[in-house]
Amino acid sequence: MSVIIIGAGPAGCEAAYQLAQAGEKVELIEQEAQPGGNLNNWYQLFPDRKSAQELNRQLILRLEHPNIRLHLGCMPTKIDRREGRFEVQLNDGALLTGQALLIAGGFQLFNAHRKEEYGYGIYENVITSVELENFFTNQRIQTSTGQLPKRVGFIHCVGSRDEKTCNFHCSKLCCVTAVKQAIELREILPEAEILCFYMDMRMFGPGYEEMYREAQEKYRIKFVRGRLSEASENKAKQVLIKAEDTLIGKPLKMTLDLMVLMVGMELSAGSRQLAEMTGIEKATNGFLRVKDPHFATNETNQKGIFLAGSCSSPMNLTDTLTDARSAALTIREYLKHIDL
Amino acid sequence: MYYDPFVLPFTLGLNILLIYLIIKYARWIRTFSTEDRQTIRRNIFTLKTWKAGKEVFLESLVHHKIFRINPFLGYMHLCFGLGWFLLIVIGKIESLVYHTSIFNPPYFAIFFRYFHPAKETFPGSNVFAFFMDLILLMILSGLLLAWLKRLYSKALGLKRTTRHRPFDLLILTVLWLIFPLRFLAESFTSGLRGGGSFLTHTAGDFFNSFLPIEQLSYPAWWAYSSALGLFFLLLPFSRYMHIPTEIVYIFLKNWEVRQGKHFSGISQFQLYSCSRCGICIDRCQLGSSLGMTDTQPVYFLKKLRHGKEHSILVDNCLMCGRCEAACPVDLRLNALRLTQRQEDIRITKSTYEYIRPAAAKTTAKVAYFAGCMGHLTPGVIRSMQSIFHKAGVDYTFIDEGGSICCGRPMMLSGNHHTAAIIQEKNKASLEASGAELLVTSCPICYKTFKEDYRLDMQVLHHTEYLDILLREGALHPHCSDITTVFHNPCELGRGCQVYTAPEHILQTISHRIATAYEGKDALCCGGSLANLHISPQQRLQLAEDALNAYAAYRPDVLVTACPLCKKTFSQPGSSLPVQDIAELVDGQC
Repeated sequence: MSVIIIGAGPAGCEAAYQLAQAGEKVELIEQEAQPGGNLNNWYQLFPDRKSAQELNRQLILRLEHPNIRLHLGCMPTKIDRREGRFEVQLNDGALLTGQALLIAGGFQLFNAHRKEEYGYGIYENVITSVELENFFTNQRIQTSTGQLPKRVGFIHCVGSRDEKTCNFHCSKLCCVTAVKQAIELREILPEAEILCFYMDMRMFGPGYEEMYREAQEKYRIKFVRGRLSEASENKAKQVLIKAEDTLIGKPLKMTLDLMVLMVGMELSAGSRQLAEMTGIEKATNGFLRVKDPHFATNETNQKGIFLAGSCSSPMNLTDTLTDARSAALTIREYLKHIDL
Repeated sequence: MYYDPFVLPFTLGLNILLIYLIIKYARWIRTFSTEDRQTIRRNIFTLKTWKAGKEVFLESLVHHKIFRINPFLGYMHLCFGLGWFLLIVIGKIESLVYHTSIFNPPYFAIFFRYFHPAKETFPGSNVFAFFMDLILLMILSGLLLAWLKRLYSKALGLKRTTRHRPFDLLILTVLWLIFPLRFLAESFTSGLRGGGSFLTHTAGDFFNSFLPIEQLSYPAWWAYSSALGLFFLLLPFSRYMHIPTEIVYIFLKNWEVRQGKHFSGISQFQLYSCSRCGICIDRCQLGSSLGMTDTQPVYFLKKLRHGKEHSILVDNCLMCGRCEAACPVDLRLNALRLTQRQEDIRITKSTYEYIRPAAAKTTAKVAYFAGCMGHLTPGVIRSMQSIFHKAGVDYTFIDEGGSICCGRPMMLSGNHHTAAIIQEKNKASLEASGAELLVTSCPICYKTFKEDYRLDMQVLHHTEYLDILLREGALHPHCSDITTVFHNPCELGRGCQVYTAPEHILQTISHRIATAYEGKDALCCGGSLANLHISPQQRLQLAEDALNAYAAYRPDVLVTACPLCKKTFSQPGSSLPVQDIAELVDGQC
């Protein structure tokens, strides 16, 4: 029996390994030149500050399993179903067959250009959370003019919970990511003023709330409840922001040396294409719809096609890996069933 | 004295109709404000009345605007409008030539073939007979097209035709019966006594060969007269009320009686002037993109007129003005819908007390106002600042530190009182700058500044201003191969009639690709502030469809001139880059 997995991010890698261990043949397709997906862009992970690349290395290492064939730099151009088998045509000419198809196409980050009022791509010192991770990787935090920032603001919910961008959903991880990044920033910039502008702090995972408390007490991060309305730039290339402190109930104006946009999650373009090719339904939040929110979280409206990871909803890495293992189990059950 | 009892249904119907119309119109006109009455008195004895007469001929009779939509559809309306008119006028002249008595009642001309002994000729009687037959033939050919339109509207250039009430279908049948009955009555009489011309005479001979026309002729005249009488009696309660009302409306419009914020006498005239032709249906993107086919003006006005529930229809309109631009009767459809939106927000002058007093007077002659939407697209502000710098313009950025809304969104939601408070606050700060020229980046602000604010300075949208700078040579565009398609924002194009400036700019700095959506036919981006009903997902769908329509021309850039359009178009995540015209000009100069 063989399973075709599309997407070799953390979900795809983990599911591939679990299925391979169970004796299934796995064809793992990845459009990029290397596996890892969005994990490649991260420096450290919450809540334990584990190195993202260390986790990535462990996941990739397990792809050397003899039952896994990895197709890098490949994209499906056609997906057919013949006599209960899936035939996936790749852009390099290969034709893969399998009894089950697992979609692990993941998410993509919200394109911050769409929120033009925050000035991303227009003001020099507006960056996204991913770019900040990149700064951490290079251990260089500086403004566009080459100075150490004295005041840094994190803007939560950019492209999440925002009717204007048609994204009603909560991306779940940006809150805790902002807390993590603020702490990392404090370690590099002990003197700087660091602020987070939030709507709600959604600390859903184990250890998250504790991190949030520590960020306030130990790391002196200031949390301001209020959404940013707009930003502009002054001659010194600082970002002037307008917001409202909704706890005090007063409008607020401030200059930031560096503004970090906590961009939300959306269904990736690749996942969207796969959904269109295979007829998988999308939920109202734009992610792929699972068959049942309790009992069939990896199944879809298409028999034999399964989902793993953040293509079905925003997930942190813990949940992504758990979901991948759950998908592997579900697929094994399914294969046993069609065997009979 | 010529008389026969069969003329009674026609005569009664016509007289009752005329009395009804006089009472109805007098009542509406009585509700006109003193201001409106003064306007009418001022304009009635001017060329405007002549212009109105010309418009009545062109629109009510020839229907020349409908020809632009589809020649067959135009011809169909021309047959009924001009055809019927000529039938009455030439018939009247014919009857006067024959019998020049002043006691020539209206029915004498209408039923002339019945009363006129065919053998008795009079000057030009053959020519008259020929023309009367020709006109009748023309109307009958139009009738054929009308049938075809009911069966298959696409043949006449309409994807969808109006869904009518059963009552309107009844009167439609009566109308359709009138001309075939006239044809039969005249043919039978001609077959019996001679007379008529190529149509009725030939048909008369033909019918005579196999029908007992002697028995049929008199009943046919009764039927014709009854159909006319019934049509006149039903007319006030049907959509055909538009026939007389439209004429009055055209005069009132030309005398500059304006549709105000509230439902008034002129609104009544407009309401009854809607012919329910259904041309607005295909123009509406809520229909073409979202399948909402019950909210178009034709249905809204119908519900309003007949007192049916219409609260959703009031809110569900983009007010993009695409329907208004195509309306053959030239009704103020947006303003009419707006009269039905209720005030629901209460603010007082103290609400805006927190706003700091206006900035001190500057020496700059040009004041730049980005507007609150403009502040959501800092890229546009930046480009304008750069352009001012390149052109060496001394300017002041009056809302650099922010401002309050111009009030137009409030106005569009029916909150005129709130809008007035906002306007007052804004006006003070705009005029405090002391500038001579106000340049704004937002067409929404632009429209209200121009129409409602009565500022003591000139107001231009940046599109117009950039055009002036380019024409004066203050900016120096370099050669460019970039291809562009222009999306004219609703508030700028149809809203403020700014059409040539953006066209000229794009021709100067790029290769402008002409599309099917030029000028008044521009699409709505879907971001409209005026629609209070649709969901964000539906807006996204509108934006996607509009983007795809423009993308089909494969431009390098889709250019617009409104911060709201730009933002709306950036949401679907299309591969087609969208820029404001200011950003393009800045990049090319």
